Amino acid sequence: MYEIIAFYIFSALSIGMFAIVVLSKNALYAMSALAGGMIFISGFFFILGAEFLGVVQITVYSGAIMALYAFGMMFFDTTRDVKENIKNKKIAYTLSILSAILVMVILCAPFFSSAIQANYPTIQNAGNIQMIGLVLFTKYLVPFELASIMLLVAMIAGIVLASKKMDIKVETSNESQVVKEVK
Amino acid sequence: MITLTHYLVLVGILFSIGLVGVMRRTNLLMLFFSTEILLNAVNVGFVAVSNYYGDLSGQMFAFFIIAVAASEVAVGLGLLILWYKRNGSIDLNSLQSMKG
Repeated sequence: MYEIIAFYIFSALSIGMFAIVVLSKNALYAMSALAGGMIFISGFFFILGAEFLGVVQITVYSGAIMALYAFGMMFFDTTRDVKENIKNKKIAYTLSILSAILVMVILCAPFFSSAIQANYPTIQNAGNIQMIGLVLFTKYLVPFELASIMLLVAMIAGIVLASKKMDIKVETSNESQVVKEVK
Repeated sequence: MITLTHYLVLVGILFSIGLVGVMRRTNLLMLFFSTEILLNAVNVGFVAVSNYYGDLSGQMFAFFIIAVAASEVAVGLGLLILWYKRNGSIDLNSLQSMKG
């Protein structure tokens, strides 16, 4: 009973939040709504019994990624409304038809997948975090290490890309002036 | 009772919201937000399938998707800041430098 109520509340809230993200003209509103939507998405993970992923979702998405976006927004002018001119209606229609077909295939998938067998079945009388630890450090050890290398590469790339010429104001940074000041 | 189909319908709705964002937005920051929505929708789908089939692979994939999303944001925002410093605009059309 509680599961049903929670599912509908969380789905309504997350759909609403993500709709605000997509439709809002103000970048700050979009970012705040995205952070809220991430929290509500983590609610689904808790309902589905994946507590570890729920906590990771809150810390990584709402914590780290949103902080990174907020940091990036300090560089951009976010008080103004976002101006966008949209051309090429034809491309949009083609893409929407294609995506409708894709969504239909996704929703029909369970009817054709009754023969699915669990590769790494859930273990009885073990918590979610214990199960994830067992599978992650045995079967998925190499992807886990590769992911750590990828995160290291991304961290270094982020530092190198963003920290260059950080002491120069954005408004005055024409290309020639920046080159002059660096020299 | 909430079944897998409920979750898949929800994932379809969220994914199409993200697709609408990707198609309709021309601001690069908003495009990043829309990709986050897409990744989140797929994550919910993976975890729902993993729960209803009693398999842990879905949760593992969701975990790696979160790692990929984090590094994508780090690199993407760095590039975006560089582009904004150089051009003063993060509109998608400002990337277009060739006539055609």
